[in-house]
Amino acid sequence: MSEYNFAYLDEQTKRMIRRAILKGLAIPGYQVPFASREMPMPYGWGTGGVQVSAAVMTPDDRFKVIDQGADDTTNAVSIRTFFERTAGVATTTTTSDATVIQTRHRIPEEPLSEGQILVYQVPIPEPLRFLEPRESETRKMHSLEEYGLMHVKLYEDISRHGHIATSYDYPVKVEGRYVMDPSPIPKFDNPKLGNVAAIQLFGAGREQRIYALPPYTQVVSLDFEDHPFEASKPDHPCVMCGAENSYLDEVITDDTGGRMFVCSDTDFCEARQAAGHIGTMNGKDAA
Amino acid sequence: MTPLLSVQGITKLYGHHIGCKDVGFDLYPGEVMGIVGESGSGKSTLLNCMAGHLTPDAGAVVFDTRTDGPRDTVTMSEPERRMLLRTDWAFVHQHARDGLRMGVSAGGNVGERLMAVGERHYGDIRAKATDWLGRVEIDATRVDDRPATFSGGMQQRLQIARNLVTGPRLVFMDEPTGGLDVSVQARLLDLLRGLVRDMGLSAIIVTHDLAVVRLLADRLMVMKDGHVVEAGLTDQVLDDPQHAYSQLLVSSVLQV
Amino acid sequence: MIELRNVSKTFTLHNQNSAVIKVINDVSLSVGRGECVALTGSSGAGKSTLMRMIYGNYLTQSGQILIDGIDLVQAEPRDVIALRRETLGYVSQFLRVVPRVPTLDVVAEPLRAVGASASDAQARAKELLAQLNIPQRLWSLSPTTFSGGEQQRVNIARGFAHPYPAMLLDEPTASLDAANREVVLSLIEEAKACGAAIIGIFHDEAARARACDREIDVGKFTPGLSSSSGAAGQSKETAA
Repeated sequence: MSEYNFAYLDEQTKRMIRRAILKGLAIPGYQVPFASREMPMPYGWGTGGVQVSAAVMTPDDRFKVIDQGADDTTNAVSIRTFFERTAGVATTTTTSDATVIQTRHRIPEEPLSEGQILVYQVPIPEPLRFLEPRESETRKMHSLEEYGLMHVKLYEDISRHGHIATSYDYPVKVEGRYVMDPSPIPKFDNPKLGNVAAIQLFGAGREQRIYALPPYTQVVSLDFEDHPFEASKPDHPCVMCGAENSYLDEVITDDTGGRMFVCSDTDFCEARQAAGHIGTMNGKDAA
Repeated sequence: MTPLLSVQGITKLYGHHIGCKDVGFDLYPGEVMGIVGESGSGKSTLLNCMAGHLTPDAGAVVFDTRTDGPRDTVTMSEPERRMLLRTDWAFVHQHARDGLRMGVSAGGNVGERLMAVGERHYGDIRAKATDWLGRVEIDATRVDDRPATFSGGMQQRLQIARNLVTGPRLVFMDEPTGGLDVSVQARLLDLLRGLVRDMGLSAIIVTHDLAVVRLLADRLMVMKDGHVVEAGLTDQVLDDPQHAYSQLLVSSVLQV
Repeated sequence: MIELRNVSKTFTLHNQNSAVIKVINDVSLSVGRGECVALTGSSGAGKSTLMRMIYGNYLTQSGQILIDGIDLVQAEPRDVIALRRETLGYVSQFLRVVPRVPTLDVVAEPLRAVGASASDAQARAKELLAQLNIPQRLWSLSPTTFSGGEQQRVNIARGFAHPYPAMLLDEPTASLDAANREVVLSLIEEAKACGAAIIGIFHDEAARARACDREIDVGKFTPGLSSSSGAAGQSKETAA
């Protein structure tokens, strides 16, 4: 590990990123530009999240990475290995044991606690980009709080589908001020963004933006009075652990329409099974 | 009576070239003012200075705001001016696609200004949008269609609905009938006249079409090389022009 | 109601060697409520020019034109607009309308402009169109496609929709048949009875004699035009 500076990035870069993070924490929801570095992985693989993780990491941290809720997917494994090699930090898959959690597309089911940091990988940080392609204009809209356009997007959803069909990347308003893109988490996770004990940091490598939610920040999902926000999920229990209130992945089991639903958060599911919760298709049950 | 808009000494220079020079007039509630002149006469520069799209080098554009009375919109803060632009002011572009969101449905286009001023009830927004489509003679069944599927005349009417839905008091129009078929122009003119009368709107219309101003505008300003060479009642300026350039302009129109 | 004091006008044709043409010189006249005055004089004497000056359509270089006490020569455009909306009506020889607008709406518009409801304005418009023998099947069509006589009757209906206290009529009976001329004359008489001050140009002598209380020869105010028919006009004016 001595071939690399701690956590791969040089100290000056980490200081630059920390300054951006501090500014982001001071102005919750505001997108802070930063000089994103080339990382030894392609854009879209979490270069923003990795830089933020590297900047906040200390040798004593225990690091966890999840991709779509799972600890064992390629992306999660490679990022975890990356920091094992470049920072020599301990890693874990247990949510409550981790001090820094880097995530793509999910918030862990288990409530986070004070002292933990959740780092999100963000592909497109600008929530207004869908309708306004000009960066100069979206910045002005943020600074002047002109957010009518955001509701136009939701209006279009309802007019086309009869309900707000946006199911992930669902825009939120932070502390009544900035409209923020929560990264492509399912809207089921939106309520877990607000009033959280942990620090939440968002890094977009390609777009060179960092934004943040300090602990216990008010986060409200945008909606209409007559079409209120709903944190929806498939209406099934997990077949492995029987959980009724966790976010589920749909798994196609054959080519005749067979399917099952399992927790997307692998750590949460395994912990429940270990505690004796058994779902309908769990092997132990079948045996 | 306080003028709705008081334009004072507006000057805009492009280097040594004069965009418009020392233009001033008062516009009262319910009045429609036409500005005519050939290309490059400064009429569009003047319109953009008044509407806040360009910052004039000198002069004031004083608008009688609902809450604070007359305010100079040139020196007011940008948030205030932009607020005005989506509430009491409206701007109808010559090309509808400059004033519409082409990727958003007709209903969303009309509803945007409502949502921008804080309306958060989908059913109400949609009902108002549908009502406005009716007023500009667009079939209610088209509410979910994108403007790209509309004809040029329909797009222009949609742009007008989108602008008027918040009940503005002043509308800036830049060649509103330009680029439309003559038959479509007539319908649009009739629509605009009706809306101006029924809503008590004031409007400033820039055009080079003298027939349009005769039918729409109460008052007329003739511009040449950035200066106003003549101003007065529309029919008086057109039928008894005093300035050499106005006479040339009026006599140059082809008779049908 | 209508009063002209020392009114003069010249045209300057900048694009034709800046030729200056004096058209009206030092007109003074007065028309009271309930009175109809005819402008007479040969072609080119300036009858229509004078009438357009009184309407504010032509700019007056000097003098005063008082309509209901407001000096049109000095008035701000918006005052002239208000005057034309409320007080001063004008029936020109030509109908000028937005194409495609139904005849009924064209006639109702002056009433809508003074704040009448759509239904009231339309009711009055229907009444006038019926009176002027415009077939009902034409009411929903635009008058731009009508014959000359029909257009003129639409123009008259429009001009009489709102009871203006002052009216200017430019050849209201020209090219009308006897029956329709009769209707127009009765409309004029009705307006007079309601106290309107009217100035008219009538080529039709019988109509002029019936509608007008006195005549004013415009020829005598026209520089360079010998006032041949002036004597009669003048004497009649003096008599009045």
